[in-house]
Amino acid sequence: MVIAVASGKGGTGKTLVATGLADVLSEDVGAPVLLVDCDVEEPNAHLFLRPEIERTEDVHHLVPQVDADLCTLCGRCAQVCAFNAIAVVPTKVLVFAEMCHACGSCARQCPEGAITEVPLTLGRLEFGHAGSIGFAHGLLEVGQALATPVIRELKRKAQPEPGSVVTTIYDAPPGNACSVVETLQDCDYALLVTEPTPFGLHDLRLAVELARDALGLPVGVVINRDGLGDAGVEDYCAEASVPVLARIPFDRRIAHAYSEGQLWTQALPEYRPLLRSVADAALRAREVRQ
Amino acid sequence: MKECVVLSGKGGTGKTTIIAALAHLAAETRRLVLADADVDASNLELLLAPEEQERHDFVGGQVAEIDADLCRNCELCVTICRFGAISYRDDRITVDPLRCEGCAACFYACPSGAVEMVDRVSGQWFRSETSLGPLFHARLSPGQENSGKLVTQVKMTAKLTAAQSGADLLLVDGPPGIGCPAIAATTGAQMALLVAEPTVSGVHDLGRVLATTRHFRVPAFVCVNKADINRAKCEEIAQLCRDQDVPLLGEIPFDPMMVETLVQLRPVTSEPESPAAKAITALWRELEPRLA
Amino acid sequence: MKVVVTAQGKDLDSPTSPIFGRCPVFAIVDSDTMAIETFDNASAAAGGGAGIQAAQWVVDQGAEAVLSLNVGPNAFAVLVQAGVAVYRIEGGTVREVVQALNEGRLEALSRPNVASHSGMSRRGGF
Repeated sequence: MVIAVASGKGGTGKTLVATGLADVLSEDVGAPVLLVDCDVEEPNAHLFLRPEIERTEDVHHLVPQVDADLCTLCGRCAQVCAFNAIAVVPTKVLVFAEMCHACGSCARQCPEGAITEVPLTLGRLEFGHAGSIGFAHGLLEVGQALATPVIRELKRKAQPEPGSVVTTIYDAPPGNACSVVETLQDCDYALLVTEPTPFGLHDLRLAVELARDALGLPVGVVINRDGLGDAGVEDYCAEASVPVLARIPFDRRIAHAYSEGQLWTQALPEYRPLLRSVADAALRAREVRQ
Repeated sequence: MKECVVLSGKGGTGKTTIIAALAHLAAETRRLVLADADVDASNLELLLAPEEQERHDFVGGQVAEIDADLCRNCELCVTICRFGAISYRDDRITVDPLRCEGCAACFYACPSGAVEMVDRVSGQWFRSETSLGPLFHARLSPGQENSGKLVTQVKMTAKLTAAQSGADLLLVDGPPGIGCPAIAATTGAQMALLVAEPTVSGVHDLGRVLATTRHFRVPAFVCVNKADINRAKCEEIAQLCRDQDVPLLGEIPFDPMMVETLVQLRPVTSEPESPAAKAITALWRELEPRLA
Repeated sequence: MKVVVTAQGKDLDSPTSPIFGRCPVFAIVDSDTMAIETFDNASAAAGGGAGIQAAQWVVDQGAEAVLSLNVGPNAFAVLVQAGVAVYRIEGGTVREVVQALNEGRLEALSRPNVASHSGMSRRGGF
């Protein structure tokens, strides 16, 4: 079972819900849990779970390298590159590695076999444990733009032991674009965290369009900072038949625990049942679907 | 004309509400152009009640399509696609448009000429009028890609308009994170205002955005929102700023008036006596001379 | 000498464009005869790497100089490696800047004058 915790808008409490859910599932339900922080641009879950990192590995992708002795400067590589990562001038081939998508088309199309592909580091993956919770996250290298390949590799490598029954929680990046699609693909359930403001509503609509309508995932909503703002989100959820699984009240103590990097479910155990009900609802939705 | 991008690294720090308030103050003395570069979750328009003037489709690259009549199911494309976008199922080759990156490797490799590369409309961008000045914004269709390219489109058009209309200030509402959209929003700006929040993740993310602005050599300034949520973390941010020689221009307290005015779709500075409005006005006084 | 000017329109009296990679029009001008030929810039709509693609186009035309303002480092690298000189212009019409070049009044750029990645965009961005 893979639950992705997502939200159109940033800062609605994805990490709060993802880490709280991992804690409650692991401790109260006794289920083996793997938390994977897929927000490789700004990973935060480690700040709350404080995992011990046991293993790291770099994420590479393959960029072209031209053998000047074999190259005839025919220009085919620049012509087939859809991303303008290659230019051919009268004396040499210039490769702009940071533009490259690693599709391999240039190497395949080169009539002289003059192009080989060499690895370029995009980021780093870290794996470990926070108590009994398995943990993994990725870190995009500063100045690198390609978050999706790092997420793709993170998801591929952060797998539970074959045959074990593990609940995997993905803490998704904010937004609704490529990196979120990469995270949500092949998940079993999307938990959408929002806040009861016009911004929260606007971005929740987009998140529902993406997760439910485009990717076909069952979705449920958690409203964070309930009590502030207005009723727009509740009205929309009722109208769009999106279940509201829980409402986390606006509570300065949660904000403070979060600001300190404390796991809020440990600092404020009275909220544990609330997350337990979220977990149960997600698990039920999956059974219904199967 | 000065270009100032407002960034936050972490989402939800109050970047957009602060920009709306700064724009409200700036418009009193300056000719403004606004660009919402957070195209995944463009929220600035919600606050500014824009009147749409122009709407354009945004072509975000291409996507492969298979001509079933020409395809001989050799599956070469399935093998060479590095993005897992092509599969053979139900007796035919299928492209998953969400996975296709438009690299055209299959197009060039197909021995039957059965692959066609077609334009992908992945969103729209708009030019609107607001009471504070023209607003350029966009809507990326959910699940579509190329948000960095769309950011570039929005920003370039806004910049051109600002230059041609003799505006003084281009304010850019940047996207969260430090990847492609954030980079596209940042480069070319004369300054970046970073909105941080005093939380352990806020401090962490501020460090990464500062590394990014430094990498692209854009001078950075910091303000802290919801500063009184955690004084100790606020001090940590101040220390980080001192260590990196980045000016800390202001602190905005947590103020329910921020949400109250947001729900009514007006800037918090329309309640000039509220603590947040006072703090943002003080921030603007610090910022203004730096835009000269 | 064959020079490329980044322009906003299609004749000698059109204003120049400050943008290189995504300028609307490339004007190819013979600086000796002032003969002009104009091309819509196909790179203006490119995803990522508009500057690189535009520079490749300029190189393929056999131009010896580019007259523009904002040339990014990638495009600059392509032009320099191909032996194309880059001259800095600010405002003016196509005619005026070519005349300024002829009179030796333009500054040759020895390095790119906008930061890297200014207009990059890829799959989800670059």
